[in-house]
Amino acid sequence: MNISIVLIVLLVGAIATYVSGNKLASKIALLTSIAAFGATLYALNAFNGGENLDVNTIWINRPAVNFALHVDGLSMAMLLLTTGLLPLIIASGFVTKFENEKAIYALMLFMGFAMAGTFLAADGFLYYIFWEIALIPIYFIALKWGNGDIEARKKAILKFFIYTFAGSLFMLLAFIYLYTKGGSFDINKLYALQLNSTEKTYIFFAFFLAYAIKIPVVPFHTWQANTYSKAPGVGTMLLSGIMLKMGLYSVLRWQLPLSDSAAKEYMPIIVALSIAGIIYGAVVTLKQKNIKKLLAYSSLSHVGLIAAGLYSLTIEGFQGAVLQMLSHGLVIVGLFYVVELIYNRYHTYEIKEMGGIRIQDTYFASLFMIIMLASVALPTTFNFIGEFNLLYSLFKVNMWYAIIAGTTIILGAFYMLRMFQKVMLGGETKSFQKISKQESIVLVIIVVVTIFFGLFPQPIIDLIEPSLQSILTQIK
Amino acid sequence: MSTLIAIVGIGIFCLLAEIMNLRKIIIPVTIVSLMALFGLTLTGNLPEIKGYESMIVMDSYGKIFSCLFILLTALLVLQSAPSYVKGTKVSDFISIKVFMLSGAVAMVTFTNMAMFFLGIEVLSIGLYVLAGSDRLNIKSNEAGMKYFLMGSFASGILLFGIAMLYGATGAFDVATLQEASISASTEYWFYIGVILITIGMLFKVAATPMHFWAPDVYEGSPTQVTAMMSTLAKVTAMASFFKLITILNSQMLYSYTEVIIVVTIATMLFGNIMALRQKKIKRVLAYSGVSHTGFMLLTLLNINEAQNNLLFYATSYAIAGLAAFSVVLFVIKNEDNDQIDNFNGLAKKSPLMAFIMTIALLSMAGIPILAGFFAKFFLLSQIITSGFIGLAIVAIINSMIAVFYYFKVIVAMYTKEAEYEKEYANHSEYYIVGIVAAILLLVIGLFPDALMNLL
Repeated sequence: MNISIVLIVLLVGAIATYVSGNKLASKIALLTSIAAFGATLYALNAFNGGENLDVNTIWINRPAVNFALHVDGLSMAMLLLTTGLLPLIIASGFVTKFENEKAIYALMLFMGFAMAGTFLAADGFLYYIFWEIALIPIYFIALKWGNGDIEARKKAILKFFIYTFAGSLFMLLAFIYLYTKGGSFDINKLYALQLNSTEKTYIFFAFFLAYAIKIPVVPFHTWQANTYSKAPGVGTMLLSGIMLKMGLYSVLRWQLPLSDSAAKEYMPIIVALSIAGIIYGAVVTLKQKNIKKLLAYSSLSHVGLIAAGLYSLTIEGFQGAVLQMLSHGLVIVGLFYVVELIYNRYHTYEIKEMGGIRIQDTYFASLFMIIMLASVALPTTFNFIGEFNLLYSLFKVNMWYAIIAGTTIILGAFYMLRMFQKVMLGGETKSFQKISKQESIVLVIIVVVTIFFGLFPQPIIDLIEPSLQSILTQIK
Repeated sequence: MSTLIAIVGIGIFCLLAEIMNLRKIIIPVTIVSLMALFGLTLTGNLPEIKGYESMIVMDSYGKIFSCLFILLTALLVLQSAPSYVKGTKVSDFISIKVFMLSGAVAMVTFTNMAMFFLGIEVLSIGLYVLAGSDRLNIKSNEAGMKYFLMGSFASGILLFGIAMLYGATGAFDVATLQEASISASTEYWFYIGVILITIGMLFKVAATPMHFWAPDVYEGSPTQVTAMMSTLAKVTAMASFFKLITILNSQMLYSYTEVIIVVTIATMLFGNIMALRQKKIKRVLAYSGVSHTGFMLLTLLNINEAQNNLLFYATSYAIAGLAAFSVVLFVIKNEDNDQIDNFNGLAKKSPLMAFIMTIALLSMAGIPILAGFFAKFFLLSQIITSGFIGLAIVAIINSMIAVFYYFKVIVAMYTKEAEYEKEYANHSEYYIVGIVAAILLLVIGLFPDALMNLL
């Protein structure tokens, strides 16, 4: 047993989905993603049993590139997030009728494959390839199945592509530079490289460019809101639920350990930038009239907090960041799914055209409310634990950071509640068809998982703790 | 030598077949024999014929590049087959293409400057004729004329350079020239010769500021000829340029390096920026070809180690070009109108062709896991290793700019609707070449070692 089985399932499933034709595609895609999740759980079990799941075979001799996958608690957690969310996202696609279904579901699985690969790769070059090919499917998903005017969409998505592509090319430069220094892309050999502080500064910023665009950190965020609002529901979920975590994960795995001294030196600036993102996101969210854009900006605010925690270089920050990545992934997928459900009935994303849903479908409203409360980190939800840790880590860096970030969370609660009020409450304006059992399954799963881990976060903390400790010792 | 003789034999067969009224078998026989020759040359199973005072020597560099040229020519001949169905000119055009291949092979296997010049003239004259081969079309005439005038001017400069070398050393022989290039007592006009040859070759590879002919000629020529220019001719000129520099200027002075750097940056930037503004697919591919030349010129900065990188880049660029031109031929179907609008709605009408085009363009843009990505990667690591980090950043910025115009075509294929019912040239040859090229791009990307270890 080794971890590549998950990747194989996803890749083969993607091809099978495309081959199976439009009628069967959605079912095969769902089955594949569930199988991948099953394989991940099986791997998790083996991993907890102390089994070695790594893969390491030579792929290219010149330059020396290995097909190396490494499993530790951190990558396991991210893999769980990816394969766990994938079935939910695919299932949430069922409410929409896509043209050329085989292609979109195959692309979704292919993207899952690339993202899972990114979280597992233990070879810089392999990692870069996975990182980069994840961009292709989402480009096509957003371009072909997105909504809104085609010209505006084309522009928004091209901007997204160029931005992220540009950032990652600088990362490639950094990798090549490191390779010329050490003659290997292997992560442990890269960690062991002796670099002087100027080199580390350059490496730090080359990586920072790639990740700051992907996460996104202010001022590299301008692609985000437009892309989220133009992409189809499933595309937005893939982007916000999993893809932006690629950036956050990579900060932990690659950037910080490879450029430790620079990370310490620039820590105050980067943390300040991230906190600026929290405030900026929150303030801009207040003004949004389009619900997808509102969620996009609120997401910007949330990931700002996660990034601040990561760059604070404390174990609490790391831990909170990873927990928050997982919980944010779950919750944001749930929120965007709610938006899709409403869109299917009202055919609009404008908040002012919604309202009065609660009196027509209380069940849906309650599910939505729980997810919404989770997103503002109400205690007993999974998000609370992450957020608490993150704030604590900021407090250790600088009390004011924590105070500013903490205040913004109150702002977050305000705009989310106001959004809920406008969308769901009020008298009946338009008729809202009750959501069906199938439609509610995704929401129920999200609610259950969020609350479960809110009450019992220990298994996850136990899973990630050792790997985060070792990354921290690498930096110190 | 035997490869060259065999190629010329195939060319002569094409001419004879016309007389013997065997017009129908020309193309199949040419392709099959070229493929056989490809196999034999690659495995080294051809008997080595000595003669001609060893003016042609198949060293490993020459052998691998010859194989690449043979493969490209076979695919190009197949690709051009539908264009020669009606006319009676099959034998002429196919034989010209095969003779051009012989010129190309001579250009990478020469050990004598006379042989080099012979090769480049055979290649160029063949191209002049082909560029003007659509003789009732005014644009094709213009292209042929323009190419001929400019090309012969460059050949003149090249020949002048060779004469200078002869004047300085009294020899055409490569070994003598190589010795002279590193000896301290060489006459100064040797270096003038080197400069003149450099200028002539920069013209042939279409590097800025000698690239102005490329877009016009590419646009005016019949599309199947444009395919040949932008793949075979460009790659040949580049490989030959590289070989010339290894002979004449292997211990490059810093001033020469500086010139190469400036030309490289100018070529990459100019090609890319001009490509952004183009509305016609052939001009887009022409300007993108100019920028790819810029990338390939980077190999000259590490003349002793970079031949693998050149081979890799040349192969992936040429194969991506082949795939792209198959789709272009399929879409524009003998019409003069080659606006990008023609690609609107291709994904619905022919998903396979749209997919092939996507693969080709993504490879040219350098997206993993396709061949083009590795080509760029090898080049970047080469120049970073030798300390040109600024140049690497310029190259990267150029890769980003390129995404804009490649994606313009992709967007047209996938999101726009065709404004009118469009007929495509539904020939199986285009499908075959496109599929073979797309598969090659993927396979090279998955197993880059196989190609890198050839040299």
